[in-house]
Amino acid sequence: MQLPADLKYTDTHEWLRQEADGTVTVGITWHAQDRLGDLVYVENPPRGKAFRKGEECGVVESVKAASDIYAPISGEVVAVNEELASNPEKINQEPYRAWIFKLRPSEPGELQTLLDAVAYEKLIEAESH
Amino acid sequence: MSTTDLKRTPLFEEHRRSNAHLVDFAGWEMPVHYGSQIDEHHHVRRDAGMFDVSHMLTIDVDGGAAREFLRRVLANDVARLTVPGGALYACLLNEAGGVLDDLIVYNLSPERFRLVVNAATAEKDLAWLIALRDRFAHTVELRPRREWAMIAIQGPAARGRFWQARETARAATGGLNVFQAAESAGMFVARTGYTGEDGFEVISPADQAVALWRDLLALGIAPCGLGARDTLRLEAGMNLYGQDMDELVTPMESGLAWTVDLSSERDFVGRKALLVRQPQKRLAGLLLVDKGVLRSHQLVRTGRGEGITTSGGFSPTLGHSIALARVPLGVAIGEAVEVQIRGKWLAAKVVKYPFVRMGKSLIDIPLS
Repeated sequence: MQLPADLKYTDTHEWLRQEADGTVTVGITWHAQDRLGDLVYVENPPRGKAFRKGEECGVVESVKAASDIYAPISGEVVAVNEELASNPEKINQEPYRAWIFKLRPSEPGELQTLLDAVAYEKLIEAESH
Repeated sequence: MSTTDLKRTPLFEEHRRSNAHLVDFAGWEMPVHYGSQIDEHHHVRRDAGMFDVSHMLTIDVDGGAAREFLRRVLANDVARLTVPGGALYACLLNEAGGVLDDLIVYNLSPERFRLVVNAATAEKDLAWLIALRDRFAHTVELRPRREWAMIAIQGPAARGRFWQARETARAATGGLNVFQAAESAGMFVARTGYTGEDGFEVISPADQAVALWRDLLALGIAPCGLGARDTLRLEAGMNLYGQDMDELVTPMESGLAWTVDLSSERDFVGRKALLVRQPQKRLAGLLLVDKGVLRSHQLVRTGRGEGITTSGGFSPTLGHSIALARVPLGVAIGEAVEVQIRGKWLAAKVVKYPFVRMGKSLIDIPLS
């Protein structure tokens, strides 16, 4: 699966897209949904709540297991994808379109600490060996 | 355990060819799904699917004393098997009445019986049976059939597709009732399963199993993994050994009282303990009313005390999460309870199970 080059990634398998309005959009990677299997439930972070980088801020549950979503950078939740409540399988079908929430970063410098597609690809390869 | 130590069934290469996601299940490298577990689940409920269950062990029990031996060893009474090829679901108990395993016993002829036991418990079961044989019935022959394969073909269209693939087996298997088996052209075909749907379980030598798997695949039967097998059996309200019961609980505390025959004076292993042990808990079905997913080992709060979920998951047929839970006796159907999920207490309802049979929901989903 080709990794979108315009996204940033975390070692906990979230992806981020920097939007023109200064917010960032967050989802989980193809690799994450592939490991989890069919998703059946998404627990969004509450809108308006602020998280520190690395904090647990939501949960995705598959037929197999529950998996935490971590805030990839510090910030306040400004939007959540309500569609996933009734259609969590969108994450399996189109992981890079089915976003989970949007953050307004409080520490924009943290964006530099994230992985690019090449570094994330290496991480996945290392994990699968 | 590294993957190189895992055992593989004769169908392993077929799974690889179908892009199976493989997992370690009780020391076997088995398919958990082939892409989408939920799609596989629906295939079985609506059409047909097939499972490689060759990791389960077939043990043949032969001899003039086989019947009396099994009447002593199993909590259900093989004397109930009165038709040729009849099958019976039974528990193997220890002396304390705890469940060592659950199994299906087939009666092939007056002196020939066949057991199919779980993979995780196979070696323990075999050692236990050999020890009892040496004590009670030394003329009985116990033969583990490790070289055999087993395919479960399940769903409303399963039997029809099987006959399409093996026309020669139709004569011997066309008239089989549920829980009845017959031998045909080197195959052992049983109208049994673990999904709540109609279908067959076919035991055969490895090469025949590979040929059958390929022919069924060509007929459009979906290969299904252990993931779908688990959600199908949970919807069907069938226990999974090691989760819903184990050596520490009796069949009475596991929803399996119907499999224990205490009606006669028959002296079977565990009987004395069962007559004395008073069950404090029972197995109940739960439907999650709030949003979330029930899993095993979650605490349950009821009006009569605490319980615990033993199996849980998302039910693809109902679109809701369901569970089996061990709760205090007296917790009634319809009662509101709470289940602890990640520190929060969520609303659930006690419901009758099975939840689903033959493609149909058997419970009312609350409008919430």
